[in-house]
Amino acid sequence: MDKLRTDAKICGMGHSMKRKEDPRFIRGKGNYVDDIQLPGMLYMDIVRSPYAHARIKKIDTEAALKIPGVLAVIDGPTLEKYKLHWMPTISGDTQMVLPIDEVMYVAQEVCAVIATERYIAADGADAVEVDYEPLPVMMDPLKSIAPGAPVLRKDKKDKKDNIAFHWEAGDRAATDRALAASDVVAEQHVYLPRLHVASMETCGCVADFNSAEGKLTVYMTTQAPHAVRTVFALVAGHVGLSEERIRIVSPDIGGGFGGKVPVYPGYVIAVAATVVIGKPVKWIEDRMENLQADSFARDYHMKVSLGAQKDGTMTALRIKTIADHGYTNASANPMKYPAGLFSICTGSYTLKNAFCEVDAVYTHKPPGGVAYRCSFRVTEAVHAIERVTDVLAQKLGMDPAELRMKNFIQPGQFPYKSALGWEYDSGNYPAALKKAMAIVDYEKLRKEQKERRARGELMGIGVCSFTEIVGAGPSKDFDILGIKMFDSAEIRVHPTGKAIARFGTKSQGQGHETTYAQIVAEELGIPASDVQVEEGDTDTAPYGLGTYASRSTPTSGAAAALAARKIRAKAKTIAAHLLECSEADLDWVPGKFFIKGVPDKFKTIQETAFAAYTNLPQGMEPGMEATHYYDPPNLTFPFGSYICVVDIDRGTGEVKVRRFVAVDDCGNIINPMIVDGQIHGGLAQGIGPALYEEIGYDEEGNVFGGSFLDYYVPTALECPNWETDKTTTPSPHHPFGAKGVGESATVGAPPPLANAVVDALSHLGVTHIDIPITPEKVWQLLKKAGVAE
Amino acid sequence: MAKHKISVTVNGAAREAEVESRLLLVHLIREVFRLTGTHVGCDTSHCGVCTVLLDGQPVKSCTVLAVQADGCSVATVEGLEQGGKLHAVQEAFTEKHALQCGFCTPGMLMTTSALLERNKSPSEQQIREAISGNLCRCTGYLNIVKAVQYAAEKMHG
Amino acid sequence: MIPAPFDYHRAGSLEEAIGLLSRYKADAKLLSGGMSLLPTLKLRLGSFGHLVDISRIASLEYIKEEKGMVRIGAGTRQCTLERSELIRSKYGVLADAVPLIADPLVRNRGTIGGNVANGDPANDEPAIIIALGAELVARGPKGERSIPANRFYKDLFVTDLKADEILVELRIPVPPPRSGSAYRKLKRKTGDFAVAAVAVQLTLDAKGAVERAGIALTNAAPTPIEAVEASKFLAGKTPSEDVIAKASRLAADAGAPSADRRGSVEYKREMARVLAARALRAALERAGGK
Repeated sequence: MDKLRTDAKICGMGHSMKRKEDPRFIRGKGNYVDDIQLPGMLYMDIVRSPYAHARIKKIDTEAALKIPGVLAVIDGPTLEKYKLHWMPTISGDTQMVLPIDEVMYVAQEVCAVIATERYIAADGADAVEVDYEPLPVMMDPLKSIAPGAPVLRKDKKDKKDNIAFHWEAGDRAATDRALAASDVVAEQHVYLPRLHVASMETCGCVADFNSAEGKLTVYMTTQAPHAVRTVFALVAGHVGLSEERIRIVSPDIGGGFGGKVPVYPGYVIAVAATVVIGKPVKWIEDRMENLQADSFARDYHMKVSLGAQKDGTMTALRIKTIADHGYTNASANPMKYPAGLFSICTGSYTLKNAFCEVDAVYTHKPPGGVAYRCSFRVTEAVHAIERVTDVLAQKLGMDPAELRMKNFIQPGQFPYKSALGWEYDSGNYPAALKKAMAIVDYEKLRKEQKERRARGELMGIGVCSFTEIVGAGPSKDFDILGIKMFDSAEIRVHPTGKAIARFGTKSQGQGHETTYAQIVAEELGIPASDVQVEEGDTDTAPYGLGTYASRSTPTSGAAAALAARKIRAKAKTIAAHLLECSEADLDWVPGKFFIKGVPDKFKTIQETAFAAYTNLPQGMEPGMEATHYYDPPNLTFPFGSYICVVDIDRGTGEVKVRRFVAVDDCGNIINPMIVDGQIHGGLAQGIGPALYEEIGYDEEGNVFGGSFLDYYVPTALECPNWETDKTTTPSPHHPFGAKGVGESATVGAPPPLANAVVDALSHLGVTHIDIPITPEKVWQLLKKAGVAE
Repeated sequence: MAKHKISVTVNGAAREAEVESRLLLVHLIREVFRLTGTHVGCDTSHCGVCTVLLDGQPVKSCTVLAVQADGCSVATVEGLEQGGKLHAVQEAFTEKHALQCGFCTPGMLMTTSALLERNKSPSEQQIREAISGNLCRCTGYLNIVKAVQYAAEKMHG
Repeated sequence: MIPAPFDYHRAGSLEEAIGLLSRYKADAKLLSGGMSLLPTLKLRLGSFGHLVDISRIASLEYIKEEKGMVRIGAGTRQCTLERSELIRSKYGVLADAVPLIADPLVRNRGTIGGNVANGDPANDEPAIIIALGAELVARGPKGERSIPANRFYKDLFVTDLKADEILVELRIPVPPPRSGSAYRKLKRKTGDFAVAAVAVQLTLDAKGAVERAGIALTNAAPTPIEAVEASKFLAGKTPSEDVIAKASRLAADAGAPSADRRGSVEYKREMARVLAARALRAALERAGGK
C-alpha cells in the first residue's frame, strides 16, 4: 500500500495521525489503577518470604492486629476455607495464592494485611512476624533435572521428578542424520538469563464487591480482561462469583509488555478480601515486589547445533533447551505450545531439517517465563538461531551478512512451510538486509574495522535477520485454557455519522484508540477523529483474548476491518435506496457512494448513517452496527534486518553502541509514527537485556536485580539514536495486509549486539558471549587474549 | 507522633494540610491534594515518574517529605496548561509521539519544562543528560529528545 | 516504600540542630538533601525516632574563595557545585565527578555535606576531598573543630563526627599553579554507584616533576582509600608513561574491593588501575604537563 487512500481529514491507513489518547496523558489526567479511589476503600499490603524454600512454622499477627487501622490479616488457612489457597495457572499447572505450610520462592506471598490506610497497611505488614524453618533450596535447573534430584512439587501426587513438561517439534532422527552428514557443525551453548519487563507502572488492582448486588468489579492492570473474568468465574464460582456478575475493568495501563497477563496471587487475595469484608480493597505492589515476584521472562539454557556444507549452505538445526520455570508453570502460553512459538527457531533460512525440544524444570524461583515482549518465546528462538549463524560464519570464515543472504528463504518461496511446521505468509529477507547494509554502508564499515584493528582498536559490526511470528492465533491450534484465540470488534455508527468501536484487546500504550480509529476511517471514510475507541471493560467490550504477543493488529485489527465492511455493505444498500438506483450502479471512495460516471450524485457515509435511523429501505433492520469475531487463518510473520556498530573500550571492556540501524517489515502500516515508536521502545528493551538487565540468584536463593538499584533499566544516556527504515511486504491473508510489530525490536535487537561484540573480538579467538554483556565479561575475554590497557 | 501543619503553593494555589512527619511529598500531592498526574514507579528513588518542580527545580517527590515542602511552591503536570493553553513541551510531546503508555510522561514533562527554562537551546546530549533521571520503558527516548528540541524551537525560535 | 513513623524537626539554626542532636543522640539523624537517608528509611533498613532537618539553614550554602582556600558550605546542593564556574575552573576533579553523581534530579536535592558525611565509600566526594587534601569543619556543642579528610573516615558508615556534631564546611586548598585534578569513574549505567573510581590531584614543580600527588579510591573498601604509596612514589618524579603505570598499580593495590554484582575483586582492582592511569594522565594534562 504505497499511496494514501484517504485524506488528512479522514485519516485512514498510512497517516501519522497524532494520538487520540495523548490529551489526557500530557495533562496528567490518565486513569491508572492507583488513581482510583472509592468510598470506604481499604488497602492491602503483602508479607513476603525472604527464603527461597522454607516451612512456615508460625505466622504471628498479634502485633500487626494491634495497630489502629489494621483490620485483618489473610493467610493460607483462611483462603483454604474457601478453597482459594491454590489456583490454576494459564498453562494448566497450579499455583499457590497463599501458602499453608511451605514457601517456594523468595518474595512469595505469605499473608496479606488489610488496613484503612496505605501507610498503616505497610506498618501492619512490617509488624507481622513469621517464623520460618529454612529448607534446602534447588536453584540450579541443571541439578533439578538430574535423576535423583529431590522432588520440589510434593503437592503433586505421584510426581517423581521436577520436569513441568517436555515438548518437541520436528524430526529428531532426520536432523541428527543431517547434522552427522554435514561438512561443518557450529555448536553453541546460549544462555538467556532472567529478565523483567519493569514497566513503569507496577501491577495492582482495586477489587470492589457490591454485596447488595452480588457484583464484583475489579479494576486491574490486566492485558486480558475477558480471560481474567472467565478464569475468576471458573476458579471462584464455588464461592458464588458468577460470570455475568463479574466485571473486570482495565483502565489506563502504564506499560504491560506481557507482565500484566498472568493472574497474580495479589489480585485473588484482594478479591477474597473484598468479598469477605464487603468494602473495596486496593492492592498496589511496590517495585521490589514487582521485580521479585511477578512474571519473569527468559531463563532458557539452549544447546544449539547448526550444520552446513562447506560452501555455507545450512543443512540442519537442532536445539535442546532446559527452561527454568520457577516452582510452577505459570507462563502464559497457548495450551498446545507450552514452549510458546519457539519452533520459529529455523528463522529466516531454508533449513530442511530441524528439531527442537524443551524440558521445563521446576526450581525455587518465582513462576512465569513468557513476558517482556517475547512474542511467546520468539526472543529466545531468534537469539539462538542468529547467534549460532554467526558462530557458523566465523567457523567458515564467511562474512555473516553473506552467509545469511546465501541461506534466506527467497521471496518466490512464500508461503513457505518450515521444517518445524509453520507456514510463513510472506517475506522478502534479502531486500531488508540489503537496505540495512546500504544504510550503514557495510563495505565501508568493514574497511574501517580492518584499519582500526590494525591499530589495536576493537570495533564490531553485528547483523541479525529475524523472522517474527505473531497474531495468535487460528482456532485449530490456539487456545488459552480452552478459550480460542480469536479477537473481536464491535462498531456502531450513530445517527450523526460518528461512531464508537469496542474491542477485545487492551492497549497498554500501543495507541489503539488511534490506530483502530484509523482502520475504521479507512474502511468507512468516517474521520478517525469521529471514531471513539474503547477497550478494557468486560461489561461492554466484545469478548477477546487481550493484547500481548503483538496480536492486536493481526486479530482485532482484522476484526475491525471486517466489521466495518459489514457496515459498508449495509450503507451501500441504504445509499442505493436514497439515490434511487441499484447497488450495482454505485462506486465507493472512502466516505461516499456515488453513481458510476455521475460523481455529483452521491451519498456520504454520514448521510447513510442518518438514514439508518430515519429513512430505511422497506424491511431493513434499523441501526448501523456490526460485530466481528475474527478467527485468523494463520499467524503473520513480520521480519527485519538490524545492524549495529560497537566500539569496545580495551581498558574497561565497556561496549559503546555507535550506531543501531533497524529495518523492519510489518506489512501494511496503519500509523507510521506509532510503528516507529513501537520499534524505538522495543530497541531500548533489546539493548537493556543485551547490555544491562538481569535477575539472578545465588546458591542460597538470594536474589540480585530485585530492585532498580541493581536491575539496570537503560536511561536516555544508555540508548543511542535509533535509525529506522522499512520495507513493505503485506500479509496475503490479513484483511488489510498488516502484520503486527510491537515485539519485533525486542526480538531483533539483542542478537546483533551480541554478534557485534563477538565480531569486535573475533580476531582474538572469541566465538561467543552471553548477554547481558557486562564490561567485566568482555574484560575477562580480553584478559584471556592478553589484551589490556 | 505529632502532626505538622504545612502550607504549600501548588500550581499557584495556596494549599494547606496537616500531615504525619513521614508522609512523602508524592502522597501529599496524589492522595491529599488529589492530583494524580504525578505517579509512583519504584521504591529506591530511581525511576523519576514522581518528578515535580519544587521551588522551580525538578525533584523526585517520592524522596522528599511533605513537611520539607512547607512554605515552598510545588508545580505538577496539572499546572503546565495555563488558561486553556498547553505548555510548549506538552504540545511537542504529542507532535513528536514522545509518549506511549503515559506513565513516565508527567515526570518527563516537568523535567523538560524546567530544562527549557534554564537552557533555551539544549543540545541532544544535554537533553539526554537532563532526562537521565527519568526512566521510560515505552519510547526508547528518541522521540522525547526530538520533542524537547521541537519545544525549544517553538519557545525560543 | 513507606517509612516507619518518626518525629520531624526543622532546625532554624545550627545551634538548634546541635541541641536536638544532643537531646536525642543516636535516635536522631540529620536530614540534609535526603537522597541517602530517605531511601534508607523508605526501605526500613534503618530507623530513627527523630529527623533533624538542616536543609533550610541558608548559612550552610555557599561557595567562596578566601585566604588560599575554597570554602564550601556543607549544605551546598550538588547542582550548585555543578554550575559553579569557580569549581569548574579550579577543580577538574569535581567538574568531572559531580555530573556523574546519581542523576540530575537527585543532584537538585543532594548536598556535598551529605555525600561526604554519610561514610559511604560508594559516594564519590569522599575520595575527592581526600585527593584534594581538604579539611572538614565540624561544629558541636563545644564549638568547631577541623578534621583532615584523610582522617575522617573510620569504617563503613562510620566517620569521625560525633553524634552531636554537624559537618558545616569543607575547606579545599586553592591549587597552586601547574596543578590539575581529575576523576575517572566506571559505572554499570547512569545513576549507579562506581564499579571503581579514582580521584587524582597533581601539582608539578617548575621542572615538571610531581610536587604533590593526592590519589584516592571510591568504592574499593569499607572507607574511601587514600593511595598513600602511590602518592609517595610519584613525589619528585617526572610523570612518564612508565611512572604513571607504576603509580596506577600502587594506587589500585591500596584498595581492598569486595566482589558483588558490579564486579569481581580482580576486575575492580584492575579497573582501579586503569582509571588511576587515566585520571593521572588527565590531571597531568590539566596541570600543563605533557
